[in-house]
Amino acid sequence: MNRKTLLGYGAVVVVVSGLSALVTGLLMNIYERKSEAKNPYVHLVEVSEDDTDPAKWGVNWPKQYESYQLTALATRTRFGGHGGSEALPEQKIERDPWLKRIFLGYAFSIDYRDRRGHAYMLSDQEETKRLSKPQTGSCLHCHASVMPLYRELGGGDAMAGFKASYQLSYQEMNARLHASGHAHPVSCVDCHSAETMKLRVTRPGFVKAIQALAASEAPLPHLPSIERWRATNRQAPYDPNALASRTEMRSFVCGQCHVEYYCSSAMPLEFPWSKGLRAEDLEAHWNGVVLPKGGRFFDFKHSESGAEILKVQHPEFELWSQGIHARSGVACADCHMPYQRDGATKVSDHWVRSPLLNVNRACQTCHHSEEQEILARVEVIQTRNFNLLQRAGQALVDQLDAIQAARAAGAGDEQLQPTRELQRQAQWRLDFVAAENSMGFHAPQEAARLLGEAVDLARQGQVAALKAKEAGR
Amino acid sequence: MTIGGAVIAALSGALLGLGGFTFYYGQGLSYFSRDPAACVNCHIMQPQFDSWQKASHHTAATCADCHLPHDFLPKWLSKAENGFWHSQGFTLQDFHEPIFIRQRNQRVLHDNCLNCHGPLVHELLAGATTDADAISCVHCHRSAGHGEAVGLGKYEPLSSRKEP
Repeated sequence: MNRKTLLGYGAVVVVVSGLSALVTGLLMNIYERKSEAKNPYVHLVEVSEDDTDPAKWGVNWPKQYESYQLTALATRTRFGGHGGSEALPEQKIERDPWLKRIFLGYAFSIDYRDRRGHAYMLSDQEETKRLSKPQTGSCLHCHASVMPLYRELGGGDAMAGFKASYQLSYQEMNARLHASGHAHPVSCVDCHSAETMKLRVTRPGFVKAIQALAASEAPLPHLPSIERWRATNRQAPYDPNALASRTEMRSFVCGQCHVEYYCSSAMPLEFPWSKGLRAEDLEAHWNGVVLPKGGRFFDFKHSESGAEILKVQHPEFELWSQGIHARSGVACADCHMPYQRDGATKVSDHWVRSPLLNVNRACQTCHHSEEQEILARVEVIQTRNFNLLQRAGQALVDQLDAIQAARAAGAGDEQLQPTRELQRQAQWRLDFVAAENSMGFHAPQEAARLLGEAVDLARQGQVAALKAKEAGR
Repeated sequence: MTIGGAVIAALSGALLGLGGFTFYYGQGLSYFSRDPAACVNCHIMQPQFDSWQKASHHTAATCADCHLPHDFLPKWLSKAENGFWHSQGFTLQDFHEPIFIRQRNQRVLHDNCLNCHGPLVHELLAGATTDADAISCVHCHRSAGHGEAVGLGKYEPLSSRKEP
């Protein structure tokens, strides 16, 4: 064989081996995708209802666990998120001084910071300066993977343990949590059944409240399983784990904590849902509650005005319920934990965060517009609500000034009663949007309606304070 | 036969065998059919497939009826072109998500709406069909092919909410 032919054969070998390598690569790629589709996860360890350590579940479900761990990352949007130092988020009460003023006399005027990811829920709570005031063990209902501890306290009965926990101090309950080895932030077992991985709700506060809500007359077109329960069978209380659809469960698990509630050492933790989910319904519920020590329910007495004020917590579930997304059957998880593809498997993203940081998966599945366009639309909605919120804050501060002046002029309790009442109502509506984590987006018109009413009530209150001042002279 | 010839024959035989098996394993033949199941071989379009089964058109039209031209040559060209992009995207995993229909395929889709419904709507369609502002069936009838965009099928609430 001459040199040239030999070179020719050599070239053929090189080309064919290159092609074979490519085809083999493709074959392996197809094989990988096929096996991913066949086995979305591999069951390596047994998990039980008492396994609160997410790392253990992470052995079986590494994709979900990896994204869950990302909640430790600092993210920020224009109106939300961690904008402070690496150690602690920024103080909201320093950014908006009116916020500090309206909470005078309450622990939120001491320390009130921006939110952070799920990973910090327990450590942030252990560090807040609000703990310098006495706080109840009920607070751990939503800041730790607390169900095994409830069962321990209740001798096996979680509901009994829950009912007992409000009498313990936060420090005592927290020490027990650490001693029991369940000191983890929200964990897999809080939303997933250890046996079937199905979504389920565990929190006693939610279960009691959703049953009360179901038993009420409030229309709930966005929760069809409750309407079906009402229409067919009111014998047994509504059971979300048995009756709710998967879509509803994808909101209920979040509604276990992202709600308005009352948490104190005076009575067990309570969500105010017995009359419906609108701000007025919640307000009416609280107005009907009598405190154990007697008298109408309130969270704190405002130290300047003496008014009995209601503090709103973070009513995301309630405000979402008033919006167009809820009405259209869009669940919390659809936007905050959208499905993402990983190879041939579909994984729901456990890096729970603002949809604005994940527009393509969170919004574009339904809204076929450019990312920039979608972001711009949200910006318009949030800016409108933000501007209204600032006006409402100003109106409330003006009312407080007027009350101060009336008191200085000698107005007494009886004369100040009307303006205090209006302060309570105005602040409830303002706080409903201010404490809620979406700057109105979860239900834009509803939020704007509440802020409009807050401005009106605060100004009415200002007029009432002027009248009290005249009368006090 | 020379030794060289034998080597080449053996090599190309091996490559052919490997390629043939890969084609078989990758269900290559199914892509020459009209079976909607072939469109979910790679799992990316599972939600589209599932939603089509629950939408109004599933009794009337399959994937190919709406998404491929009906004439012989355009059909196979379109199959080849989309097939290429789909394989490349799924192999390299580098496509935009959620998947959007491309403009070219949108035109195919629109033409296929008219293929059946043309006689009914021809008076609506005066003017250009290629213009960016041209009327598009699915702009309004978005749920015709793949149903409601959210939830597990549409539910009818038992009550309608009214503001008191």
